Amino acid sequence: MTTSCRPDAAAAVDLDALPALPRDEAGPVFRAPWEAQAFAMALELHRRGVFTWSEWAATLSAEIAAANARHEHDDGSHYYERWLAALETLAARKAVVGDAELADRIDAWDRAAQATPHGQPVVLPRA
Amino acid sequence: MSDHRHDHDHENAHDRPLSGPALRVKALESLLVEKGLIDPKTLDEIVDTYEHRVGPRNGARVVARAWVDAAFRERLLADATAAVAEFGFIEPHAEDMVAVENTPAVRNLVVCSLCSCYPWPVLGLPPAWYKSDAYRARAVVDPRGVLKAFGEDIPEDVEVRVWDSTAEMRYLVVPERPAATEGWSEEALAALVTRDSMVGVGTAKRPEGGA
Repeated sequence: MTTSCRPDAAAAVDLDALPALPRDEAGPVFRAPWEAQAFAMALELHRRGVFTWSEWAATLSAEIAAANARHEHDDGSHYYERWLAALETLAARKAVVGDAELADRIDAWDRAAQATPHGQPVVLPRA
Repeated sequence: MSDHRHDHDHENAHDRPLSGPALRVKALESLLVEKGLIDPKTLDEIVDTYEHRVGPRNGARVVARAWVDAAFRERLLADATAAVAEFGFIEPHAEDMVAVENTPAVRNLVVCSLCSCYPWPVLGLPPAWYKSDAYRARAVVDPRGVLKAFGEDIPEDVEVRVWDSTAEMRYLVVPERPAATEGWSEEALAALVTRDSMVGVGTAKRPEGGA
């Protein structure tokens, strides 16, 4: 016999359509520095009361569901991309960082990075 | 979408120091710092904690104590949040913890079908497979198949219980204590407790030379 504490989650899933289960031993916690930074930013914004942890989990779940709906399957290695998308979504929804403001800043860092000689730290010119 | 990351990301990073998610993180972080909502030093401390100070060794200590100390085992199964707090690991984030015990008749399996909620204070951050679409979807609908993929053939007369984690509730599996470990110290027993056994996809290691 098999029981689930949340049987409604057991929606019909075509098991054959799912990728094989990935397996691993204890790898690094974060695969790249940006993953660690994105992780820490969410924890810190929660600690400061910008959002509740339930809001966070709901937003992250929605990003993962949306990625699945776009048929972007994740073997676990794209997880922090969903995490970052959830962070951007909540920052905008909580009026902390707006979409346009963020887009402008991404452009500014992109220009600064491309104008920076190899090996030099990238710095943003003061406005 | 910037989904074209691959295993040699760090090599590309030399050609283009900022791109894709790294660029977006840098932009968001710089705005949050300017607004006084985050402090880069605090972020570094959080990362250090999760990279170095929490991990499955914490959970292994909890399980080993439950194996040797009947009163602790009772406290753990009655209120895992309080029992785990006795160890002084990091504070639970915002959630309660529940310990579920394997027996000869019951196997427990933990998943987060919606995202990847995981008991951080006792297990650290989850492995990639726990976060994968395949595990999240399969564990709920076909737990015996998942266990088989992890090398665990569960007899039909053993009940498999699936625990779907939420933002408020995280689960820790207490695996069965291996045979032939009578009289072992807590520390020696903890070395037998694997991460997989505390998520429920494996069992504790058998003592070397044992059956």
